Amino acid sequence: MLPFSFEKVRTEQDAIRAAAAGARYIAGGTTLIDLMRDEVERPERLVDINALPMTDIRADGADLVIGALARMSDVAAHPETKRLQPLIAESLIEGASPQLRNMASMGGNLLQRVRCPYFRMLDAACNKRDPGSGCSAIDGLNAGHAILGTSDHCVATHPSDVAVALVALGAAMRVRGPNGERTFPVEELFRLPGDTPHLEHTLRPGELIVEIRVPGGPYARQARYLKVRDRASYEFALVSAAVALELEGGSIRQARVAVGGVGTRPWRMRAVEEALRGKPVGRDAFAEAAHLALEGTRPLSHNHYKVELLPRTIVRALEMAGGTA
Amino acid sequence: MTKSNHDAPLGKGRSSSGDEEPQRGLSRRSILQMAGGAASLAAAPAAAAQPASSDGPATAPTTRIRLVVNGSARELEVDPRQSVLDVLRETLDLTGTKKGCNQGACGACTVLINGRRVTSCLTLAVMHDGAEITTIEGLARGDELHPLQAAFIEHDGFQCGFCTPGQIMSGVACIAEGHATSPEQIQFWMSGNICRCAAYPGIVAAVADAAGRT
Ligand SMILES: Cc1cc2nc3c(=O)[nH]c(=O)nc-3n(C[C@H](O)[C@H](O)[C@H](O)COP(=O)(O)OP(=O)(O)OC[C@H]3O[C@@H](n4cnc5c(N)ncnc54)[C@H](O)[C@@H]3O)c2cc1C
Ligand code: SF4
Ligand code: FES
Ligand code: FES
Repeated sequence: MLPFSFEKVRTEQDAIRAAAAGARYIAGGTTLIDLMRDEVERPERLVDINALPMTDIRADGADLVIGALARMSDVAAHPETKRLQPLIAESLIEGASPQLRNMASMGGNLLQRVRCPYFRMLDAACNKRDPGSGCSAIDGLNAGHAILGTSDHCVATHPSDVAVALVALGAAMRVRGPNGERTFPVEELFRLPGDTPHLEHTLRPGELIVEIRVPGGPYARQARYLKVRDRASYEFALVSAAVALELEGGSIRQARVAVGGVGTRPWRMRAVEEALRGKPVGRDAFAEAAHLALEGTRPLSHNHYKVELLPRTIVRALEMAGGTA
Repeated sequence: MTKSNHDAPLGKGRSSSGDEEPQRGLSRRSILQMAGGAASLAAAPAAAAQPASSDGPATAPTTRIRLVVNGSARELEVDPRQSVLDVLRETLDLTGTKKGCNQGACGACTVLINGRRVTSCLTLAVMHDGAEITTIEGLARGDELHPLQAAFIEHDGFQCGFCTPGQIMSGVACIAEGHATSPEQIQFWMSGNICRCAAYPGIVAAVADAAGRT
């Protein structure tokens, strides 16, 4: 690991000032330290933000409000999370391990970096790590890579689970920076790789994620997260689906669907949601709607299986949420 | 992000163990000076760009922190790069905690920090000033094993033993969290600890047994 200077801050202003001057925030460190040790990340200054009062988890009316420094384990176990947004709890529990969830913060989770193996291999070409060097995955081992939102420059998936649930539920995030505060949908945090895959998010220099707000909705309690992976736990998703349903009688009033493991960012499936509206709960309607998820997919040499797995995962998640699984 | 063209000649791929040792850092910088000259140094962070004398210490300034490790107060100087794992093993000579992957992926380094189980390889010691840490060395009371240690022996919860300190620390937390309620729950909540010898049936039995006894 390369040397860096380390500073622990007590106030948000001090944190933002340091970051605006080029320092990197460190929360749980489970992404950053890992990549610094491999010298993929090379910050010269770290600001430890763990003393900032941003760990709150609370209900605000029907909304669930989560501080950016709340730990994944604490958010998942919190009674208000389970009461208001069980989908958030389930997607968190399906990610990483108990030890990592005790360390990892919600803000850091959204900004975790890709798990593409070439990103970590300093002797492999990777546009994300070393812009302009090329992409080793496109003609390399790409079974775990994306089929949606890819470019000729990068095909890595966004690895977060809870981000998929947050995007499905239309969550918003509040950030503060040198030029004040703003709030925007979590979905807008993530950029597509395009020809600048090294730019991953839309935060401006120095901006600190302060909190995440998950709006309540009539679908929030009928919601499930299904994660398909190579082993039963402690593994990243091959394909995952977060779905939420509002039912009336035997039919769907409204649906929320987002998927993970297949996109270069967490992917909301609006066409699928639209197709489910007014349909009866059942496999036929689910399958018909889920098929629309394939629009625009571009499989790579080793991940054609995701084209089949994606709609099946959505159908199964819908069955789980609809109570017919 | 800085361009990393000085890494190719070094051929540094995945990290190996012990990369936080000051000596390694120093020799790496010396190599950089020899191999890359000014261009490499310009790309390196400020602290590393200071000329490294061949006999001086690493340039990173150390920080004084206090820890309570297995009940005893320790005051020590740490390089900000040192993980809790490396401080335990190399500074405090508590080598019961193991380094498997050094990437958060195996659980061999699991310890309790302020009562919570964490992978000590992925957290910096400098971030834990004032923390209470419990390692495998801190479980037994004198000659009397912790109930979970005894249960691991009774149920053959290991073969080579390399993962065992991490398994036991994780198991202690799993029980305390109330997650050891069934074999299926134990499997799920112990899945952050990999056992290369696949002693899983014994591990699950040991955790279940100890959970019933405590
Ligand atoms: C072995 C392993 C398995 C994993 N499996 C999964 C999985 O299955 N599913 C999953 O979702 N995740 C998984 N993860 C990723 C893990 O969830 C993330 O590493 C973690 O959530 C990052 O949070 P952190 O607080 O540790 O972030 P840090 O490492 O501290 O920071 C990460 C990034 O976020 C920035 N940052 C942190 N907080 C803020 C803030 N408040 N404002 C602005 N910037 C900030 C930092 O500057 C840094 O760039 C896994 C990780 C490991 C090591
Ligand atoms: S997919 Fe992206 S992260 Fe992976 S090698 Fe290509 S550019 Fe790098
Ligand atoms: S050594 Fe820390 S998780 Fe493997
Ligand atoms: S006993 Fe050998 S790795 Fe678990």
